[in-house]
Amino acid sequence: MNVVVLGATRGMGRAVARQLARRGDRLFLLGRDQDQLARSAADLEVRGARGRVAYAPCDLADPESFGAVLEAADTELGGFDTFVLTAASFGTQDALEADHDVARRLLTVNLANTISLCEQVRERLMSRGGGTLCVFSSVAGDRGRKPVGIYGASKAGLSHYLEALDHKYRAAGLVTITVKPGFVRTSMTQGLPEPPFAGEPEEVAKIVVKGIDAGTPVVYAPHIWGVVMSAIKLLPRWLMRRVDF
Amino acid sequence: MLPVWGRVGTEGQETRDENLEALTKGAILSRGLGRSYGDSSLPPSSHPVAVNTTLSDRILSFDHDTGLLTAEAGLSLYDLNWTFLPQLWFTPVSPGTQYVTLGGMVASDIHGKNHHVAGTFGRHVQSLKMRLADNSIVTCSRRELPDLFLATLGGMGLTGHILEVTFRMVQVPTAWIWQETERIGNIDKYLVALRESAVDWPMTVGWIDCLSVGAAMGRGILMKGRWAEPDEAPARAPRARPQITFPVELPSGFLGRPLVKTFNTLFFHQHRRRARRGCIHPEPYFYPLDTVHHWNRMYGRKGFAQYQCVLPAAGMPDNARRFLDVLTSLGGASFLSVIKDCGAEGDGILSFPMPGISVALDIPMGDDTQHIVDRLNEFVIDEGGRIYLSKDALTRAEHYRAMDPRVDRFLEIRRKYDPDLRIRSAQSVRLFGDPG
Ligand SMILES: Cc1cc2nc3c(=O)[nH]c(=O)nc-3n(C[C@H](O)[C@H](O)[C@H](O)COP(=O)(O)OP(=O)(O)OC[C@H]3O[C@@H](n4cnc5c(N)ncnc54)[C@H](O)[C@@H]3O)c2cc1C
Repeated sequence: MNVVVLGATRGMGRAVARQLARRGDRLFLLGRDQDQLARSAADLEVRGARGRVAYAPCDLADPESFGAVLEAADTELGGFDTFVLTAASFGTQDALEADHDVARRLLTVNLANTISLCEQVRERLMSRGGGTLCVFSSVAGDRGRKPVGIYGASKAGLSHYLEALDHKYRAAGLVTITVKPGFVRTSMTQGLPEPPFAGEPEEVAKIVVKGIDAGTPVVYAPHIWGVVMSAIKLLPRWLMRRVDF
Repeated sequence: MLPVWGRVGTEGQETRDENLEALTKGAILSRGLGRSYGDSSLPPSSHPVAVNTTLSDRILSFDHDTGLLTAEAGLSLYDLNWTFLPQLWFTPVSPGTQYVTLGGMVASDIHGKNHHVAGTFGRHVQSLKMRLADNSIVTCSRRELPDLFLATLGGMGLTGHILEVTFRMVQVPTAWIWQETERIGNIDKYLVALRESAVDWPMTVGWIDCLSVGAAMGRGILMKGRWAEPDEAPARAPRARPQITFPVELPSGFLGRPLVKTFNTLFFHQHRRRARRGCIHPEPYFYPLDTVHHWNRMYGRKGFAQYQCVLPAAGMPDNARRFLDVLTSLGGASFLSVIKDCGAEGDGILSFPMPGISVALDIPMGDDTQHIVDRLNEFVIDEGGRIYLSKDALTRAEHYRAMDPRVDRFLEIRRKYDPDLRIRSAQSVRLFGDPG
């Protein structure tokens, strides 16, 4: 596969990129920090990625840059067939309630800008008969819950968009995969109270790569979170008002 | 709670991030996978925050011609092994667990079964990128800032934060091990066999039963190994094996003397009198204890102290026998103790091994543990030996100073780079009197 990964320098994105490198896929990395990109590119080359791993700086907060970096990725890879997006902003509900600007920026990055990037990817993939778009949303978008109201809203919107994309374009060749990670131990979640069933990035990556290969439309990772969220979705509102998760 | 392998951790916090350079700014201690047994990876109580390096684990370059590899300090040996062993490259020196980081391997200047030929890990390290106490970032090696470099090999994280390690991997003929083991009746014969096998075998180690007394004192099993040649090994590559997890914490004190004695006896006798030989998977060979994840839970909440010392070659084999005598008289019950001959001293200033014999034992933590460690330390001082800081939680400052004259030189270099002793650990507070 010829894969572009946005978010490969950290956490789950790094773990997914390593899985892909290990089996010899070609990779192109997007991320914010040039130095971190260079380090991750070197790492993925040593771990088995096919050929040179090139990269370009890309910030989800800067939608103006999307066109140029996708063009660069296409040129380098001779047309990518798979796009994996794991990057997003995160903030605790308390932090987001305390600062409206931060909250607005998070919603812009995670929802408006992410969708805008996906739209450009869709156009490129559809122009060559399709491909795979794999985007990390979150279990936080499955139900309105106290600790993830605002962040969860951004992910609910994103999941909604991705579902529609899948419905509309799968028959024409664009496979859309929505990944919904539960609590995973990464630097993003460090310091947060750990719920049961916390997962490791490597475990998530294995599930996600399998999902990409199989074209699974919705992937919960670790798997148990699919069951957990089905249960949470059934809880009545009066109960959701009382519990703190 | 910050755990260490001996289970006597402290209250504290870790900070984790992929960008170690940013994370170590202003930090006072780095730690890797917490596999040191004692308090070397714990921050002092006045400032209970340590950097956890494990998310910083990228391999930055590898030269297939020379084996030279540069990686971030949080790379685990497990990851390194299973990335490179299929390509027939291996770490030049490996400890008895693969759940350690490169930074920890440098800071402990670890030794392995091949110490008599390969020396410590530090011998194979070419350079280190570090963040120092004044927040500057430097590269050191035997040529650049050599004092800093040599003080950092075995320096238990006290000279600064190791960000990147450049070292030379070694090529192996296959990814399998040819092993021969034999049962040996007592410590004297054991030491002779160990010395003789060192001539032909690049890797040797053994387990002795230090609860047996009289003529059978120090009976044990000697294990000799080398990388298998292609015509001895299976054609397929070995794969990482799944671990089983030790499910519960046993009550402290469960591993009393009778149980340990029974176990040691069974272990000795399950090995038939005749030597055994054959090709084996590298994991059970290098990392037999890794088979059970969290095996340290069997020591219960109170945990255990591991005691490891090296006794100089000049006093062998008498000193080893007398060491076992002292241990027996103190009633210290240990599971099979690991015993291994050491080759030349490493050039790390506080590097542990010296020519002689290294003995490592587990002592369940109890009321008399401090007493046992004190008496063993007094013995070691008299014999001119020293202890391994990575295992130590209980040695007294005056004992440590008495057993290692190199400490002054180490502290001098440390002060040169860190006059205010900002970088410190619970261990350095205990042993060097750093500000708590
Ligand atoms: C089952 C078992 C078997 C073992 N066998 C052996 C053996 O055969 N030979 C041997 O030599 N050792 C052995 N050890 C000890 C182990 O190799 C060392 O304690 C090693 O340092 C642990 O690495 P770590 O990443 O877990 O480091 P930690 O335990 O987290 O830290 C150890 C020390 O390294 C320092 N440190 C870690 N990372 C950095 C960094 N990036 N910068 C600066 N300082 C740092 C810490 O401050 C601390 O002082 C064994 C341990 C176990 C549990």
